Formats: sequence, structure tokens, C-alpha cells
Amino acid sequence: MLGKTAGGLYWMFRFLERSENTARLIEAGFRIGLTRSKDPTAEWKSVLTTAGVRAAYDLKYDNYSAGQALDFLLRDTSNPSSVISSIENARTNARTVRTALTTEVWEAVNESWMALKEVLNRPAKETELPSVLGEIRRHAALVRGAMHGTMLRNDIFDFTQIGIALERADNTARIIDVKYYTLLPSASFVGSTLDNVQWETILRSVSAHRSFRWLNDHEISPASIAEFLILDSRFPRSLSFCSRILEENLGFLAKDYGVRLPCHDLIDAQREKLRQHTISSIFDEGLHHFITTFIRDNNAIGQQIEIDYRFVG
Amino acid sequence: MDSDLKHFDEMLLGLDGVRAPYAEYNQWFSQEDPARLSKKSKEAEAFFRRTGITFNVYGQAAAQERLIPFDLIPRIIANREWTKLSKGIEQRVRGINAFLHDVYHRQEILRAGIVPIELISRNEAFLPQMIGVTPPGDVYTHIVGTDIVRTGEDDFFVLEDNARTPSGVSYMLENRETMLHMFPELFSQIKVQPVSDYPKNLRRSLAACAPANCDGRPTVAVLTPGIHNSAYFEHSFLADQMGVELVEGHDLRVVDGHIAMRTTEGYKVIDVLYRRVDDDYLDPLNFNPDSMLGVPGIMDVYRAGNITIANAPGTGIADDKAIYSYMPEIIEFYTGEKAILKNVETHRCSEPDALKFVLDKLADLVVKEVHGSGGYGMLVGPAASKTELANFAAKLRKNPSNYIAQPTLSLSTVPIFAKKGLAPRHVDLRPFVLVSPNGINITPGGLTRVALKAGSLVVNSSQGGGTKDTWVLED
Repeated sequence: MLGKTAGGLYWMFRFLERSENTARLIEAGFRIGLTRSKDPTAEWKSVLTTAGVRAAYDLKYDNYSAGQALDFLLRDTSNPSSVISSIENARTNARTVRTALTTEVWEAVNESWMALKEVLNRPAKETELPSVLGEIRRHAALVRGAMHGTMLRNDIFDFTQIGIALERADNTARIIDVKYYTLLPSASFVGSTLDNVQWETILRSVSAHRSFRWLNDHEISPASIAEFLILDSRFPRSLSFCSRILEENLGFLAKDYGVRLPCHDLIDAQREKLRQHTISSIFDEGLHHFITTFIRDNNAIGQQIEIDYRFVG
Repeated sequence: MDSDLKHFDEMLLGLDGVRAPYAEYNQWFSQEDPARLSKKSKEAEAFFRRTGITFNVYGQAAAQERLIPFDLIPRIIANREWTKLSKGIEQRVRGINAFLHDVYHRQEILRAGIVPIELISRNEAFLPQMIGVTPPGDVYTHIVGTDIVRTGEDDFFVLEDNARTPSGVSYMLENRETMLHMFPELFSQIKVQPVSDYPKNLRRSLAACAPANCDGRPTVAVLTPGIHNSAYFEHSFLADQMGVELVEGHDLRVVDGHIAMRTTEGYKVIDVLYRRVDDDYLDPLNFNPDSMLGVPGIMDVYRAGNITIANAPGTGIADDKAIYSYMPEIIEFYTGEKAILKNVETHRCSEPDALKFVLDKLADLVVKEVHGSGGYGMLVGPAASKTELANFAAKLRKNPSNYIAQPTLSLSTVPIFAKKGLAPRHVDLRPFVLVSPNGINITPGGLTRVALKAGSLVVNSSQGGGTKDTWVLED
């Protein structure tokens, strides 16, 4: 496979994952703002920070009103991580790697680009937001379904999974990074309204509010949320799960190509670190320090993969 | 629409009859509900959008992707008509390959005084870098798209040879897929020769042209300028259908005297490169030094015989419209036979008498640039305003040898499915020809382009043309 094609697949699926993650962040932010929060602008500020677009937003606007934040996150083409930019980027990458995709996957991406361009053509009113976000989620699911149902399990598939896993791990880690203070045992009053709202936001941002409750029997504590998001290998957006997917697919590539590369050492180290840790040892190390280190390492793995598999010349 | 009475229509004969090749189709068509067909027509458009069969139009806002309109009435060619056409095309393509070999080697045809030497020596499309180079298998034009027009029952003319990089074959294939999808019943009733083998034949034909020193199965790749190129869809489509890599210049480099592509496992040698990048951009070391689209040093690898470039560099000389005017003589010179397919009468404005004639009759003629293609930079006299004629005449006087002129042909028409029923529109035909040392393969039919505006003679997609599925009937 061409190095460029591997890179195109990786980025195509990173951007698809990003569009879905941004939609999920918006959904959680919107809901909290609507139902619970006394200061909704603080929530939007936090959503923009989590999405990694605060600096760009601050250049453009001087306050965090819901309408502006939504517009920036959903349909602003000057924001490279907005939903519309992500879909546009995903589709451009899909065109570049079209020979590596099945017809079903290509059509699903192309259709989602056509549909979302139409939907995001004008500012979304608050009343329409649930249906707009639903549309984004539905299209992401169609692409994923086409991918799982039709693509060969070969190196092409491996690079798509690697892109998804890296982007998703980054997203979950950022959510923890922005809200880490609400998860610190020292800072929390168990059962206080504020923390309940924050915890729920976190769980909703990763679509985990139901599965978390189901697994934890309605016992919500900051440590159990942190443990769930970081270490629970059953939860498909946890850091542990994502790093396992990464290890697995990098392993397939090593076997397929018959070569172990520097990125394999990095992911092994990452896996080993997650295996060694318990939630209390993470808190001992410092949650914030742990998470920022994870984000840095995750990025480093991505960069090493780009080099090892020759994405660019 | 009265002008259409003068034109030869390939389907309709007067008020109620149709020509023989359309008899079976017409029987089906006359029983169809127009509302159902309208619905099908819309479905076809949605299908094209969804699958991304689009092209980019130069000079329009960035990222504009447009559809080439598809008309659902097929263009039907009888078996015996096709037999004659394909013989003529094969002869012409053999002649062109012999001509290209000759002009880059001994230049017998110039010595014989058949083609004037200045048409070669002063021609930008003539590449001195190709002098004395024999491409692998001695094939110059691996893929040809001969443009053919018709003016009457037995009157077929070659309009252009397209020996450089003919495009449109993906539309030929997708048009058939669309028809099969929309009207499967038609194809069980009427025996139409299939076109779907084209990608397989293309790959085989390219592989058969691999360099002599290539052992094992040749690695083929398609070279595209990138996703912003107007024909990018076709490039990715062909790579996909052939099961080969689609590469860009920055994926390639010279490794140990070969061209190699950067893969996830290191550099891998390419034996045959089907390039959709023009000569000028192919190699910044040998041609345009600013080009980012090509591969530095590829011409040196080529001259050393370590890669096949399809089509060969320098084939553009055969597309020159002044050279075209000599094609009947060229064919006879190399094949010893009279040309089966006629040329359109062509006035070379470089000749003073011809220039005078052209300027006098400008309003009746079609004038083209000798290097032009795609319908850009041409004048259609009868459709031009007085100002346009005057401006063009000035250009002609200033640089006469840059132009040729042809009579405005009364191109045949085939009806399109319009709101008010069948409406005749002018068409041309581009059959696709594959050349390898194993022989010449012509896909039955080709791409029919249709001018969608009533009375218009310009069928180019960049100028508002559409396409039709083209059927060659089984015997």
C-alpha cells in the first residue's frame, strides 16, 4: 500500500471520529446548559477548550454565547475541527484513498458529506439542534457500519482502526483534562449538585451515562468515573480500550509486514503503563499529570506511526 | 428547431419510423410511461452524485464538482456499421504509431516530402528528448480515443485523434452500469455488446508493454495530478477497476535506476506508469522545471528502458491539427492502404491561399488552434457574433500557422429525453482503443457526447455537453 494511502485512511477516520466527538461534546454541553447550569457560557467555554479550539474561537469572538459557540463548532469552515470541516477533510481524504475503500464505504462518506453540507448550510436553531446532531451521529454510524461490514481485514483496515483509536483516546483524555478538577477527591463534596452536573456532563460527553450507571449500580464517585474512563477495558471510549485497539492493529501490521518498528515500542510502553496503574496510583501520581502525559504520549505514537509507515515523503 | 430537418438523425425517420438499429429499442420505448422515465432520469442523477462521478471545471470557484448530464436514450450502432468503423480506427491507430516511430527516428516521411519538415521542427509538441528513443514494445499510443462524427448513413469522419491522453472512458463504463441498473429488462430483450471488460483489457494491454527487463508480473500504476484535476474521478476509477495503485508525483522517486513508489513497507518498483499528467509536467529535470506534478529524472529512467510510460512522451505531435490534415497521406505512407475513415476537409491557415479563403468564409467555418483541445479557444463561425468574428479574424491574421479551419459539419443527431418528449441533439463518438505488442483492442461503442442545447454543435463536457450510453448490437 502507498504510504500516502495509509496516511489518507488514518486521517479520514480520525476526522470522521472527530466530527462525531464534536457532536457529542455539543450535545452534552447543550443539555447541561439547558437543564442545569446557572452559567451556560462557562459550559460552552469548557466545550470549546475540550474540542481544542479555544484559541481560534477567542480570536474571533469575545464571549461564549451558545449561538456563537454552536456555530463555531458545527459549521465554521475557519475552524479546522468544526463538524463541517471534519467531514470535508474526511471526504477529501476518502477521495484520495478511494481505491482502498469499498464502494459502500465511499458512498457512505460521500452521502454523509452531501447531507451534512445541506443540513449545516445555515445556522442551526436550538429547536433543530437535536435533529442536526442526530443526523451527524447517524451518518457516522452508517460509515462505521459500511466499514465493518464490507472491508477486508488487512492493512487498509488496520490504518482506519489506528486513526479511530488515536483520535478517540485523545478526545477522552481531553475531556478528563478539562474537567479533571471535578474528579479530584479533595475538591469534591460528595453529592453536591455542582459535581453531579459536572460528572454527568463528562459521562454524556463520551455517551457513557447509561453504561456507567449500569455497571456501577448508581454509585457515582469521582474515582469510579475516572477509573471507568481511563482503565475500564469494556468501555469503547476508555483510554485502556483505545490503546488496546492501537496495540492490536499495530501488531497486525507488524505481523503482516514482518517488521517491528519504533511505534511498536511506544505502544507497548503505553500499554504496560496502563496495566501497571490502578486508579489510586493514578491519583497518587496526580490525575492531571497522568492525563497530560497520556495526551503527549498518544500524540507521539501518532507521529511515530506517520514516520514508520511513510505517510509523507 | 427547423434546422434539425437538415440533419441526419440516427434514430428517427420522419414522422413515425425509426432506423433499423433502433427498431427493438423503439418498441420498448413506445410502451414506456414518460412519467416513469422522468423518474428514472432523476434517479440516475442521484446515483451519479452519490457515487461521486463528477468532474471539476477549470476557472470556476474552488472545489466545484459538477455532474456530466446523462441522457437515458441510448445511441445505437448496428453491428455492420461498427465493423467498418473499428477496421478504420485500427488502421488509423497503426498508422499513427508508425508515424510516431518514424518522426522520432529516421523521419522517412519528411524525406519523402509528404509532411512538411517545419510542421515537425517548429512544433512545440515534438519532443527532441524522444529522438532515437524506442518505447518498450515500440508502442507510442497505448490508449487512443478517436473522435468520430457522422453526417449521413455512410458518412463517418475522424474529427480528432486524441493520441495523447484521451479521457472519458469512465463515463462510458458508468453510463452502461447506470443503464443496466435502471433498465435491466432492456438488456435481456436486446443483445448489446458488453463494455465492462475495458479495465481488465487495459491492465493486460499495459502489462504487455512492460520493459523487456521486467521479470515476473509487471507492476502497473496510474499517475494523477491529484484530486483537484478535472478528471480525478476517472483516474481513481481506472486505478480501482484495474486493481493498481493511484500515485501522484510526490509518491514516486528514482531508486537504483528505476521509478519506485513509497509504500508502507518501503519503495517498490513500478514497471508501467499510465500517466494522466501532460508531457510538460512529467519531469521537472527534463521539461518544465516548475512542475510539482511529475517525477524528477523519470525521463532518464525511461530512456534507459527501465519504465514504460503510457502514452509515450511526445505523442502529442500526432494530435496536432495541422498534422491531422495530412493523416490520410500518413496512413497510406505506412500501411500501403487507402484510409478507411475519412478526414474532415481541413484548411491550414499557415498557407496564404487557405488563410485568404478562411478569412472570407469565417462565418461558415469552424476554426481551431492546432494544439487546442476540449473545445477551448475555438470559433464556431455560424454561432458567432459579428464582434466575435472580427476579433477572431484579427487573431488569425496575427498568427495564422496557429490555426486550421474546417467546414461546419452537419453532425448527426440522436434524440434526447426532454420534457416534451424526444428532441434531436447533435452527437459525436469517442471509441477507446488499446494498443500493445499483442494487438489492438477496441471496446465496442465508446463514449457518445451530446450537445444538450438545441442546435448546438459543441459536445464538450466543459461547454455544457452531456453523454449517452452507446450500444453496439450483437449480430
